[in-house]
Amino acid sequence: MTEHDPELHNVAPGEPHDSLLTETLSYVIGLGLALLLTGISFWVASTGTLWGPGVATGLVVLAIAQMGVHLVFFLHITSGPDNTNNVLALAFGVLIVFLVMVGTIVIMAQMNHNMGAPSEELMNLQMQH
Amino acid sequence: MSTHAEAAAVGLTHQGSEDTGLGHRGPESKSIVVPYGFWLFILSDMVLFSALFASYATLVHATDGGPDTNQLFDRKLVAVETLALLSSSFVCGLAMIAAKRKNMQLTQVWLLLTGLTGLVFLGIELFEFGKMIGEGAGPQRSAFLSSFFTLVGCHGAHVTAGLLWLGTMMAQIWAKGFRQDIIRRLLCFSVFWHALDIIWVAIFTIVYLIGTLP
Repeated sequence: MTEHDPELHNVAPGEPHDSLLTETLSYVIGLGLALLLTGISFWVASTGTLWGPGVATGLVVLAIAQMGVHLVFFLHITSGPDNTNNVLALAFGVLIVFLVMVGTIVIMAQMNHNMGAPSEELMNLQMQH
Repeated sequence: MSTHAEAAAVGLTHQGSEDTGLGHRGPESKSIVVPYGFWLFILSDMVLFSALFASYATLVHATDGGPDTNQLFDRKLVAVETLALLSSSFVCGLAMIAAKRKNMQLTQVWLLLTGLTGLVFLGIELFEFGKMIGEGAGPQRSAFLSSFFTLVGCHGAHVTAGLLWLGTMMAQIWAKGFRQDIIRRLLCFSVFWHALDIIWVAIFTIVYLIGTLP
């Protein structure tokens, strides 16, 4: 009857499993990695030794890495077969978040650009009427 | 026998390989379905925040001659806030481990610590908001400040709601013990709390660190 035990096939997000040691270890590793990444982020933002224009991109990469650490070690979202539904939902959420953010920023930057002084090309088009 | 065969023919039974539309094993147990539904809510909350992040990124330079990010934000305060929220998330995980083993004392102690570190975070945030508004940099000053207070304030409102929820959970565990439904609620709370920390990672990076680059 083990086939009818749903716990074997799916786990809820955020639910710790296995033994006391591995569960605690998961949170401790997560805390350590998160502290490390946070520390690097603050250091990267404060130091003047790095190439200026790349710092913002580096910070975003560090933030995404830390979100991954939180997802894996705190929320226990893994690539295991018992986690398929949670990962699929997460992937869809990330897709929508990506579309909303990148779409808005690109479109608004474009419109902001167009609202400025009319370009030569636009003037020429208007002259042709 | 004949009724069973009829039921099987229209697919209303769990026997054999008939498809119930809910998988071969029928619907999942409540301990899976409830946190999964809450996980979907958390993801939709992330989508809400992504809209606020997008409007912040669009309006960040629209300062209307008022103070900009470099003049307003203090990195040391943000570092303390980040540490407070991160340790809160960690201790919340320890509370979940204790709750799973039905250890009342440890669960309550860890949950209390979760709440206290959450309060430290909220206190610093309110102090920062009060200081900014006192300096004339309130949400009505410029489009940049409106979007800043909406984004960070929305996260702060979530933390406030989480603290109220946390207090309720401590009382429920105390009064009703580690019942199956109470454990489910506690699990949902921990997912909520960890998700707030994930959103804070995005806020301290995009708003505070990138905003105060030289």
